[in-house]
Amino acid sequence: MIEILDLVVQKEGRVILQGVTLTIMQGEIHAMMGPNGAGKSTLAKVLAGDPTYEVLRGSVQFYGEDLLEKEPEERAHLGLFLGFQYPVEIPGISNELFLHTALNEKRAFQGKIPLSMEEFRALLIKHMKQMEMQEEFAARNINEGFSGGEKKRNEILQMAILDPSFCLLDETDSGLDIDAMKVVAAGVRSFMNQDKALLLITHYQRLLDYIRPDFVHVLVDGKIVQSGDASLALSLEKFGYEALCKA
Amino acid sequence: MFTEYKHGFVTDIDTERFPCGINEEIVRELSWKKKEPPFLLEFRLKAYHLWKELQAPSWAQLQIPPIDFQSICYYSAPKVKQKLDRMDLVDPELLKTFERLGIPLEEQKRLANVAVDVVFDSVSLGTTFQKTLQEAGVVLCSMTEAVEKYAELLEQYLGSVVPIGDNFFAALNSAVFSDGSFVYIPKGVKSPMELSTYFRINDKISGQFERTLIIAEEDSYVSYLEGCTAPSYDTNQLHAAVVELVAKDRAEIKYATVQNWYAGDPKTGKGGIWNFVTKRGRCQGVQSKISWTQVEAGAAITWKYPSCILQGDQSIGAFYSVALTNGYMQADTGTKMIHLGKNTKSTILVKGISADYSSNTYRGLVKIAPKAAGSRNYTQCDSMLIQDRCSAHTFPTIEVGNGSSQVEHEASTSKISEEQLFYLQARGLSKEKAIQMILHGFCREVLQEMPLEFAVEAEKLLAIKLEHSVG
Repeated sequence: MIEILDLVVQKEGRVILQGVTLTIMQGEIHAMMGPNGAGKSTLAKVLAGDPTYEVLRGSVQFYGEDLLEKEPEERAHLGLFLGFQYPVEIPGISNELFLHTALNEKRAFQGKIPLSMEEFRALLIKHMKQMEMQEEFAARNINEGFSGGEKKRNEILQMAILDPSFCLLDETDSGLDIDAMKVVAAGVRSFMNQDKALLLITHYQRLLDYIRPDFVHVLVDGKIVQSGDASLALSLEKFGYEALCKA
Repeated sequence: MFTEYKHGFVTDIDTERFPCGINEEIVRELSWKKKEPPFLLEFRLKAYHLWKELQAPSWAQLQIPPIDFQSICYYSAPKVKQKLDRMDLVDPELLKTFERLGIPLEEQKRLANVAVDVVFDSVSLGTTFQKTLQEAGVVLCSMTEAVEKYAELLEQYLGSVVPIGDNFFAALNSAVFSDGSFVYIPKGVKSPMELSTYFRINDKISGQFERTLIIAEEDSYVSYLEGCTAPSYDTNQLHAAVVELVAKDRAEIKYATVQNWYAGDPKTGKGGIWNFVTKRGRCQGVQSKISWTQVEAGAAITWKYPSCILQGDQSIGAFYSVALTNGYMQADTGTKMIHLGKNTKSTILVKGISADYSSNTYRGLVKIAPKAAGSRNYTQCDSMLIQDRCSAHTFPTIEVGNGSSQVEHEASTSKISEEQLFYLQARGLSKEKAIQMILHGFCREVLQEMPLEFAVEAEKLLAIKLEHSVG
């Protein structure tokens, strides 16, 4: 589904990713772990098209297309979704209007007819119930005044509604209490199927107790230094990244 | 071949032009040419002599290059814009903007000054509207026509809200105003439609020194829209307009403006219109209402403070403004709310958006007279900055002369960030849609005060203007 080859990325003169190579197939769940500043979020943002990063080298194929030459919205239309670590506040625009617009943009790209206000609202309410969100949430401005947990829940709600095929979730678990974590994990699990793929970026084993990854990678100083199965995450939890860095 | 045609055309106009510059003789000649009654000549002369004594205001947060008033021609015969024969002669940039604003083709032709089919001629369109208005008793005509037909009303009201010596630019306008609009709504009449300069016949060029007077008699209602979202080009650099509104008992006037004058070259700051406007409304009667709604998106320099004098008890004034500056534009705009009557109310809602190297200033005065007991004002003033090279300033002045009145002021400054844009784009919105959405959120409270179709157009206009400034 996505093939990242020797990706080198810089921001403001500092090289952050130093040659990342990673292939993710349909139906797979990958977890990317690593210490602060290793470049995990950078990888996620570059894949989603954040214009503040500069790709110096390497390539990314998404469904066989050159992902890096596409605008962020084109990547979204192709089925890529980034759950932000720090979701952005946008005053004056309701969640509902925003999501309705975003979904219809994607549908237009897919050649589908737009959803009416009523159709969309039904879809929104269904997913909000699943995420255990209050109905008044729809009318509130995008992320404005939301708690950390509400923002993360909102990201998963957006994911559920936009129904992407490949999701990058950037520390979606941070800032969540245990109940919220269960709800979010359930949301992610119900999204996942054999046609889709998931890359979870996380510091902790905790989320991985609820969403079991097929592969775990460790990113240190902009490079994947080790890859393995779910057991790698457990040993990281035990021994820390330090041991790995020395290895 | 084409060039020769042009020259021939221009010569025709030139024969009707006065020598450039201003003096008493020019003012007399102007009044005589327009066959004006004696009171108007006197009005102009008085204004001219006051103007000579006045200084151009220098208190605004504007850098105004020196203006040579003797190099301006103060009268030329009613100009007929030169018509282009075909659409493909129009500046392609202009056409692109029209298209994206969603302006219909025939309307594009009219705005771009391309000859239009007789059926779509705005004159015939205007005539139909005139008929409907006439049946309702509403008067909408050019100032020139009003001088002919409604001299008594002019004598009574012209200069009654903005005195001829009010300020330098108002005095200049009073001395040499060329034309403008006149609106009269009789007692008890609700205007059956939005009035717009667009439908005003006999006056296709607004001119440099425009004068507008709107009188709403008791229990009447009118909504007036000035300007349009399409870019306006004009070779005159200085514009000094005066607008006066009078609302009698329980009358309501809504005045909306979309200003999109040429703002000069966004890269060099060369050229562009200097817009010095005096707009003021008098809520003369009890429970009368005046609201100013403006979207200021053009002009190199804007100096403009649409104001309300709340004279009648329980009268209500409002000012809703979006001012966008980019390139090297400078805007110093705001309002004055003068509370004189008891239990008067005013609302000020201001949104400033600045980008590039521009400067955007809000300047406001809320004055509550000692006699205006129980009065209230609410002011909200929000600025949005795009990148770091622009500047935004606010200068609110509040004077409260009694203890039973309430004044509230709120202000905020925010930035449209690359982060916000990326977030929206990552959800599948194009950059243009993303900017539009952020602006929609920011300006919503002001734009909802406008007639719906203009609000939609104005929103698109703001997004198009900012496209090159963001990201």
